[in-house]
Amino acid sequence: MFEIGPLLIQAFTYARQFLTTLGATPLQAVVGIKFLQTTLTISIILAIPLFLVYAERKISAFMQARLGPMHTGPWGLLQTPADTIKLLFKEDIVPQGADRLLHLLAVILAAAPVFVCFAPVPWGTGFPLINLDTGILFVFAVSGVSTLGILAAGWGSGNKFSMLGGLRGAAQMVSYEIPRALSVVPVVLFYSSLNLQTIATAQMERWHGWMPKWFIFYPGIGQIAFIVFLIASVAETNRIPFDIPEAESELVSGYHTEYSGMKFAFFFLAEYVYVFLSSALVTTLFLGGADGAAFLPSWMWFLGKTLLIVFLFLWFRWTFPRLRVDRLMQFCWQFLLPLALVNIVLTVGWMMCKTPSQDVLPTQAAIPSSEMHGSPDDAGLTKAVEK
Amino acid sequence: MIDPPLLNKAVVPASALDVFPTQAPEKGMFISLGPHHPSTHGVLRVAITTEGEIVTGAQPDIGYLHRATEKLAEKRTYPQIIVLTDRLDYLAAMTNNWSYCLAVEKMLNVAIPERADYLRMIVGELQRIASHCVFIGTYGIDIGAFTPFFYSFGRERERILDLFEELCGARLTYNYVRIGGVMADAPDGWLDKVKVFVKEMYAAADEYDKLLTYNPIFTDRTQGIGIMTSEVAKAWGVTGPNLRASGERADVRIDDPYGLYPRVKFDIPIGKNGDCWERYKCRVDEVRESLKIIEQALAQIQPGETMGKVAKYFRVPPGEGYGHLEAPRGDLGFYIISDGSPSPYRFHIRAPSFINLQVLQQLLKGWKVADVIAILGSIDIVLGEVDR
Repeated sequence: MFEIGPLLIQAFTYARQFLTTLGATPLQAVVGIKFLQTTLTISIILAIPLFLVYAERKISAFMQARLGPMHTGPWGLLQTPADTIKLLFKEDIVPQGADRLLHLLAVILAAAPVFVCFAPVPWGTGFPLINLDTGILFVFAVSGVSTLGILAAGWGSGNKFSMLGGLRGAAQMVSYEIPRALSVVPVVLFYSSLNLQTIATAQMERWHGWMPKWFIFYPGIGQIAFIVFLIASVAETNRIPFDIPEAESELVSGYHTEYSGMKFAFFFLAEYVYVFLSSALVTTLFLGGADGAAFLPSWMWFLGKTLLIVFLFLWFRWTFPRLRVDRLMQFCWQFLLPLALVNIVLTVGWMMCKTPSQDVLPTQAAIPSSEMHGSPDDAGLTKAVEK
Repeated sequence: MIDPPLLNKAVVPASALDVFPTQAPEKGMFISLGPHHPSTHGVLRVAITTEGEIVTGAQPDIGYLHRATEKLAEKRTYPQIIVLTDRLDYLAAMTNNWSYCLAVEKMLNVAIPERADYLRMIVGELQRIASHCVFIGTYGIDIGAFTPFFYSFGRERERILDLFEELCGARLTYNYVRIGGVMADAPDGWLDKVKVFVKEMYAAADEYDKLLTYNPIFTDRTQGIGIMTSEVAKAWGVTGPNLRASGERADVRIDDPYGLYPRVKFDIPIGKNGDCWERYKCRVDEVRESLKIIEQALAQIQPGETMGKVAKYFRVPPGEGYGHLEAPRGDLGFYIISDGSPSPYRFHIRAPSFINLQVLQQLLKGWKVADVIAILGSIDIVLGEVDR
């Protein structure tokens, strides 16, 4: 019902055939289709912050005994587009003491990787842009690059507060990447795959025919991994209670103090897209991805679960105070990291005690390739490359 | 690759060269916090030198909001000066009016009608609650919690301002307490509205406790930070909740009673160590004590006159007069020298914010840079009063 994935695959197949009839070689056709898919995905991702900002405003207003935007359009719905237009027309100011190149480069370094990270995310049946075998590793590796952007923004702005923010941001993001990656190790061990699509599909089974076999429901290990990953994700997105790099009351605006107009908007955009990406990863790794009852299409399940986690992010932001910078590091190194390591040991213990049966270890071989939902384009690409 | 841009150049005003460090110390950094920094609560600048993460020196730089109130007062008649006092501590204009009127009334030796004194007490304590509501909210923001602000500042304080608006027509600069009494009697039903508000405010104070006071992150950021012993506090002349948090039971309402405070019973919340959290907690508890005072005043107030017998145009007999009271931020005093003319010869304000601020020089030293905002916020200054 309303499954867009297979339809899209069909459409792209037809489009590729159409390109071939126009005289394109198979390789050219595949590249053209990939280009089309990328453009589509990025446009969809770019629209996400528009809704997230509105949601953040309304939800925070609800939590803070006020109304939020009400005047621009019905219920203030046009407030975010209006703000975007305002940012577009604002003057782009580069301070005198700034390193002009770094100042510009920082924006690109901070914003671009987040979009790339969306490539292996399985949105639902037949959706992933590319079926990467190194999926989760790829996401961690690429999202790590945005740390450079924050560091460059802090250094290149020529402002002490920015500098402090950049340094804090780099320290925080590098530190929290470790428990974040380690908390995923149990998932990877369990499903013996780094492929996000495989991990999501493996969770689609049921215990006793009704209990969803999502990783979060595995007693002990599932919950620990989930909590560590969630906390580390909040820290990675630099949001309260971990918004040390921006720390409005301490560092003015941290690393983006000296940015205005669209450059600032890109930092802002990256933050919200990152929140969405982290939520999507939580959904894929722990909440069974697009798994759900049949009355809704898979992509709706995926989106629903992701938005639920996004709501958690917003909830955190509007209820917690900010941690102090040294406490933040303590929390990471003395609590999250040991917890993640213990969890890995527990997982290995679990796997050694249980006889490797279909019940515990749904290996890649156990899943028929027809259920892999990988986009057939990849097969086409391989064939094309072989030729 | 590139120089750390502008990192080691200190930009200080030339007039303050002998007070402020002109260059970064051998090791470490010079940070100019303010005057347009989101957490300095106005236009305060603190020149901070640090070594690594540790603050080695802090010098508050004030005067960005100077309006020469004391000089202006010398050219105004006594009733006109009340308007100037509104603009001092703009979060507690009622107590400013009252304190000034106390001084002039002492010099004129006029009797205040009982109802006027009760009304003064009610608005004075409401004002204390409103002022502490601002503190609770903004301190939350300083620590990074945004939501309490909208509860204390946007909900409860707003209701108090509505009550004041109904009482005297203004929401911030009231000019309500006049020499010899108050501007006008409370409108019909106003006291009942206060009664309803008091009842709801108790619940709101408990809500702040849930939201902020006992939040583990909040206590982690504030407990044991910025410790001010009672010796240090007394040596710098600190008054108000800041001094009480250090364990001193010092309150003008008890030590030098004014108005009808001897007729009401209330506690003075005090702290033990004098850290940031206790300075915050003292204020939350004071809100509850103020509510108790208002309840008792509401029970005792009787109908009657609200203005004593003061001539429309009067001259104050030559001599000195000093009136002081417990303002939300401490001991607020007005010292007036009269030469028998319609305006004072000399007018001095003992502004608690100004004196409390000075302790920062000592208080900030030795703490981490991240604690500076927590300590600065816990002192609760209003720049209108600091710069006068």
